[in-house]
Amino acid sequence: MADETTPVAVAPAPTSSAPKPAAAPAAKPAEKAKVVAPAYRDYPTIPALKFDAMVESNPYVAAAAHNESVGFPGTLVDGWEQKAVAKMGELLGKYRSLRVYMDACVHCGACTDKCHYFIGTGDPKNMPVARQDLMRSVYRRYYTLPGKLFPRLVGARDMTKDVLDDWFRYYNQCSECRRCSVFCPYGIDTAEVTMAAKEIMHSVGLGHKYVNEIIGKVHKIGNNLGLPGPALENTLEGLEEDVLEDTGAAVKYPLDMQGAEVLLVTPSADFFAEPHVDSLIGYGKVFHAAGISWTLSSKASEAGNFGMFIGNYEQMQKIAMRVREAALELGVKRIVVGECGHAWRVAYAFWNTLTGVGAGANDPFAIQLQKQLDPNYKQPSHICEVTWDLIQQGRLKFNKEANDHRIVTFHDSCNVARGSRMGDYAGGQFDIPRNIIRAVANKYVDMSEATTREKTFCCGGGGGLLTDELLDLRVKGALPRMEALKEIVDRNGVNFMATICAICKAQFTKVLPYYGFKMGMVGGVHQLVSTAIVLNSEQ
Amino acid sequence: MNLVFALLFYAATVILVAGLVFRIYEYARVPAPLKIPTTPAPTTSGGVAFRMFREVVFFESLFKSNLWIWALGWLFHVALALVLLRHLRYFTEPVNFIIAFIQPFGMYAGFAMAAGLAGLWARRFLVERIRYISTPSDHLMLALLLGIAITGLAMKFLMHTDVVAVKVFFLGLMRFEINPLPADPGLYLHLGLVALLMIVFPVSKLLHAPGVFFSPTRNQVDNPRETRHLAPWAATLGTKN
Repeated sequence: MADETTPVAVAPAPTSSAPKPAAAPAAKPAEKAKVVAPAYRDYPTIPALKFDAMVESNPYVAAAAHNESVGFPGTLVDGWEQKAVAKMGELLGKYRSLRVYMDACVHCGACTDKCHYFIGTGDPKNMPVARQDLMRSVYRRYYTLPGKLFPRLVGARDMTKDVLDDWFRYYNQCSECRRCSVFCPYGIDTAEVTMAAKEIMHSVGLGHKYVNEIIGKVHKIGNNLGLPGPALENTLEGLEEDVLEDTGAAVKYPLDMQGAEVLLVTPSADFFAEPHVDSLIGYGKVFHAAGISWTLSSKASEAGNFGMFIGNYEQMQKIAMRVREAALELGVKRIVVGECGHAWRVAYAFWNTLTGVGAGANDPFAIQLQKQLDPNYKQPSHICEVTWDLIQQGRLKFNKEANDHRIVTFHDSCNVARGSRMGDYAGGQFDIPRNIIRAVANKYVDMSEATTREKTFCCGGGGGLLTDELLDLRVKGALPRMEALKEIVDRNGVNFMATICAICKAQFTKVLPYYGFKMGMVGGVHQLVSTAIVLNSEQ
Repeated sequence: MNLVFALLFYAATVILVAGLVFRIYEYARVPAPLKIPTTPAPTTSGGVAFRMFREVVFFESLFKSNLWIWALGWLFHVALALVLLRHLRYFTEPVNFIIAFIQPFGMYAGFAMAAGLAGLWARRFLVERIRYISTPSDHLMLALLLGIAITGLAMKFLMHTDVVAVKVFFLGLMRFEINPLPADPGLYLHLGLVALLMIVFPVSKLLHAPGVFFSPTRNQVDNPRETRHLAPWAATLGTKN
């Protein structure tokens, strides 16, 4: 999200004891080498292995200040080997997923060709099973009898600096998109392993700069982009003027409005990044047209939750707590989440657990909030659920022809597709956004079914990897999605790829040109809604 | 040798049962603090049971993933199940009519099992990606299972052993009596490999068998907005206003 707008330092912070990613420090930062997109494959054949193809992909190590601001040791601690192994033991006792997944893999190979980063790079360590094995090998060494007795036989390894370097490199080449978990016969989810690895690395003082910087900003300022309240207010006033000028309708974009019915929590990129802001404009128009009072919050001015990316329960909870507090303070009846993939996974699947945003609680902490929220609505709701409900009730009018210059397709974002739901039935998360698009635009084409719905490919920038030093990885990881897009661009003339994720939008804006597409091809579902919606003043 | 095999099987049985009970206890005890079903996921527990049934009986996810691995893996597992059922006749008297009925199928299933294993093993050599992820123990596990299948088939079709005596031996073990075991090298090898398999089961990747039932991405109901899901260790974290 911060990709286009926050400056990215050009070198790892010069802390003497901070571990340098294994490749020599003199290695060229990725953005200095020329980044080129891999060639399209004639058929989606599985690439041959290219050993160490991505060994030079070096995420910047977080500086001490950034690690400490998030509550982790500033630099690699003394005796980190033992501490990392002990932390692994702790996590094995706290997460059933990790506990079972360390044992259950049989190396069948079903996942080996499923990761977009493997497809784009050919680096064997980007095969999900190999990525898991970076940790599993250590698990076996310290926590299984055969690994203690016969390490080589079972592929067990000591926790060494080389191993740690490989972790830092390759666990920062996983976008936690869960595509592999769809195909694993035991449901092994590499995202769970990646999150555990990041949690372990953080606990010994090895953090990724981009992610920790952002988490620090959320705590200090309230959102990932570091937009302070007054700037937010200004931006929203500007939007109101723009919309009034464009449509003649006095659509409001309220901030911190006490007693509003709806609290909208949206990724901070929506406030000014392109094309994100066009969707924010769209949310406001939907609420305006339906006559629903709503507000944004300066305290919870961020739906994103990078705590999930680093697998840290406490951070994730702390970040989510801002939304609970804002909801209580403003006295809202409904909480609605804007277009953001991982935010929606956290909101849909974790908020009830973390902060009580949901229903069905029997403890005072959660009941306090749940008795305030309106039980007639799903808490939280996705903005697409809200819009689709209103469309079905006939409360929104559209001029679909306004979108006729667009031939639209929809990119399922991984966290929405495989980590959440919308509506009342399994798979609603696929149908509802498409239903909305079909309701507001005349021309819609789906991409190949091997790349949509639960089989969707990550944009290549999720999971806390949306940073410039990883651009090479991001461009290569986008290959499978770009191939599917090219197919319908060539065949159907598609010129607009709608998506409901701030990271997808930022990532595609950046990588589309590498594949010969215009960066303006990507946009939000509510951008399409915004184009077609008929507002009161025009009725 | 009678005593050696008797003790070996007592030990192997204790290790297998105690080891699996311990593992299952462990898997059950460690909480899943967050709702992480791979969606789209069933919204009811009945739906989850059905999903798990399809996964365990038909290997649904593997089928979606890779037809070759699915075909070979499913062939091997179904054949193994039949072979195991067939072998129940060595442990029961009288023999259940279903077990009696499947005897001929179980016999040919031995070939199917060996074929499936051979195919799976071939992949470990022929497919570059799978060669890369294979550890020595992956090869040995296939060798062990294939060894069991081949020695079993050999006793059926090449060098018969006195199966009546084998049955007396195992029925005796179940009553803590040690009866003579036929002194056939093929039988010794077969039984030795089976005991080894039982012993390594609780410390090897064979734990995928109990593990799949505890996989949160497959066994959780997709209802996080309707019910508050809390792990004991997380229940008190951050909940003070």
